[in-house]
Amino acid sequence: MTMSRWLILGATSPIAREFARVAAASGADIVLAGRDMEDMERSAADIRARSERAVSVVEFDALDMAAHEAFVRRFDEGGEGSVGVFVAFGFMPSQAEIDATPELGAHVINANFTGAASVLLWLKPVLEKRKGVVVVLGSVAGDRGRASNYTYGSAKAGLHTFLQGLRIVLGRSGVRVINIKPGFIDTGMSWGNVKDGPLMAEPRALAERALKLADGKGEGESYFPWFWFVIMTIIKSVPYKIFRKLPI
Amino acid sequence: MMWKTATFSGWGRLPYGTCEAARPERLSQLRAAMTGGGAGTVIARGLGRSYGDCAVNEGGRLVLTERLDRLVSFDATTGEVVVEAGISLRSLLDIFLPRGFIVPVCPGSAFVTVGGAIANDVHGKNHEKDGAFAAHVGWFELMLPDGEIVRVSRESDAALFDATVGGIGLTGIIVTACLRLTRVPSNALIVRERPVPDLDALLAKLHEEASATYSVAWFDALAGGGGLGRGIVETATVSPTSIQIKPRKARSLPITPPSLVLNPLSVRAFNALYRARMPSNGRESLRGYDKFLFPLDSLRGWNRMYGKPGFRQFQSIVPAAALVPLLERIRASRAGSFLAVLKAMGPAGTGMLAFPMAGYAVALDFPNRPGVVELLGDLERITLEHGGRVYLAKDSCLSAQGFAAMYPRLPEFQDVLERVDPKRRLGSTMSRRLGIRGGAP
Ligand SMILES: Cc1cc2nc3c(=O)[nH]c(=O)nc-3n(C[C@H](O)[C@H](O)[C@H](O)COP(=O)(O)OP(=O)(O)OC[C@H]3O[C@@H](n4cnc5c(N)ncnc54)[C@H](O)[C@@H]3O)c2cc1C
Repeated sequence: MTMSRWLILGATSPIAREFARVAAASGADIVLAGRDMEDMERSAADIRARSERAVSVVEFDALDMAAHEAFVRRFDEGGEGSVGVFVAFGFMPSQAEIDATPELGAHVINANFTGAASVLLWLKPVLEKRKGVVVVLGSVAGDRGRASNYTYGSAKAGLHTFLQGLRIVLGRSGVRVINIKPGFIDTGMSWGNVKDGPLMAEPRALAERALKLADGKGEGESYFPWFWFVIMTIIKSVPYKIFRKLPI
Repeated sequence: MMWKTATFSGWGRLPYGTCEAARPERLSQLRAAMTGGGAGTVIARGLGRSYGDCAVNEGGRLVLTERLDRLVSFDATTGEVVVEAGISLRSLLDIFLPRGFIVPVCPGSAFVTVGGAIANDVHGKNHEKDGAFAAHVGWFELMLPDGEIVRVSRESDAALFDATVGGIGLTGIIVTACLRLTRVPSNALIVRERPVPDLDALLAKLHEEASATYSVAWFDALAGGGGLGRGIVETATVSPTSIQIKPRKARSLPITPPSLVLNPLSVRAFNALYRARMPSNGRESLRGYDKFLFPLDSLRGWNRMYGKPGFRQFQSIVPAAALVPLLERIRASRAGSFLAVLKAMGPAGTGMLAFPMAGYAVALDFPNRPGVVELLGDLERITLEHGGRVYLAKDSCLSAQGFAAMYPRLPEFQDVLERVDPKRRLGSTMSRRLGIRGGAP
């Protein structure tokens, strides 16, 4: 079923941008939320020229949690019908950068976990009232702590656990919660950090997959692309004695 | 991480050295990439569909534009669309053909960006009728080397406009552009194909069909003697009615085959087959725009067919008198190129280094084997002797002297560069090879 409105949090990421395009093409109105207003205005114009759907742009900062309540109230008052929420913001400096600047650690955890949990908690009653679906970009990094990415990974692991509970609670009102754990997606986040190759997937493909899941009937966790299920099953099952020696 | 070090090539996959590349996702990142210090020069790169080195910058920086691909506005009454220059013609067609508009000039692949289409002032099979790409561009916003964005039109700054059109990225990075789409009554074309036994018949047929919107000829580059120029003339006019088109399913060449696959024998067999499926008096059919305009796009990554050494393309425009010596030299080389294309071109536009001009455009691929550079040298000479010119979008081995002689407006172009890029921060492997900035490279 198509949502009446999609709220896209972290709308400047390339995945979110593609998601907004496909969601608008499916017939939904779009609310772009993020920090870079200039960039979001450009994306809004793009969607309007493509789809003739209503698009609005609002300032949203995951870290400014004091503002989340007012942000959600404005969103609630801004439209009618079912609501889709797409959580796409994230912040992933390398573990080496975090080690060099430890205060970055809290920032990473707040941007990826605390901020997401905060805004979703405010959105919960709106979703219960209006019905709809929540799609969150988790990460394969949250499946097991690795030397190279454990701060970011821990924030995503927290988010995964949060969503497991939220799924049960919102499920009582018929609202589905979908957690997509992408592997390597070809965006600025991976540019120069991850080698190009067959594991790399396009933002557009992820966006299409996310909308398909949202407009379908399922819920729960899924990997994208699917083969990360295989990779992560192996990674999770490697004994610690061996795992600690792996260069990952 | 903004910059990554990697090797980039053109569509011909020739080996070039590494460069630093950024792929901005927002305007602010584009500005940072343009002005962000670093060694060497910087140049824009679209979808890398140019064959040679115009979007390669060894030892310097590349700014990939493909992620800045949004529509800015669209006016359905005039067909005027403003876009970010990284958008591909593929996307434009996907969005607008269902709404009854076609991109006015389409090269043989839709996987090119609007920025790249302006920077090479690309032409299509309708050049005689509709001119080249820039003829349909009203203005563009250009980011200069210091990060400043200027809006350029023929009225505001004719010299900068004409230097940027066909200027292979050397005046700055085109950020947005305004172009006018053409309204069409349907999604289809009425395509006529006629086999022709030789060059005279081919040229005669092209002229006979001059009223068609699109026209192109394919010829067998291995046929000589009386069969020189033997081929097929294809023309198309817009169809008043639409057809059902199945959604595209992209196939791609799964592996890079050994370069032996393409040899004179296999090419001869291909050419024979291509002609054999054609009834002797030709045929007529309804076809979607895609199938007629972009026959090669249905096989993704076909450029890997030439194996690891890659390939070179040659394309030049020459007067009719040069066609026989050119085709003879190509045939004599037996260098094994099966997609030989011939198009009749209309008058030149206003771009200082733009390729299109009146005459006949001949294009074909050569596997990158020993002897091919010498062959291309001969083709350059024949072209030059007849007052023709070689297309920079396809070129990988033109000489600096040959280039200067073929593009007499080069000094004018250099004057504009002196004005907009006095510190010589823009440059590419091609601009150095051709000595475009003059003096020290
Ligand atoms: C199968 C095939 C068929 C083709 N058929 C034709 C044809 O029929 N007619 C024709 O004219 N061409 C044809 N071409 C060539 C192609 O149209 C041109 O090379 C075109 O410029 C490629 O666009 P691109 O986005 O890939 O640009 P690139 O190849 O990446 O770059 C081309 C040039 O444009 C510059 N550039 C790119 N973006 C910008 C920007 N935003 N601002 C400033 N400069 C920029 C680059 O610096 C470079 O100099 C064909 C190519 C292929 C692969």
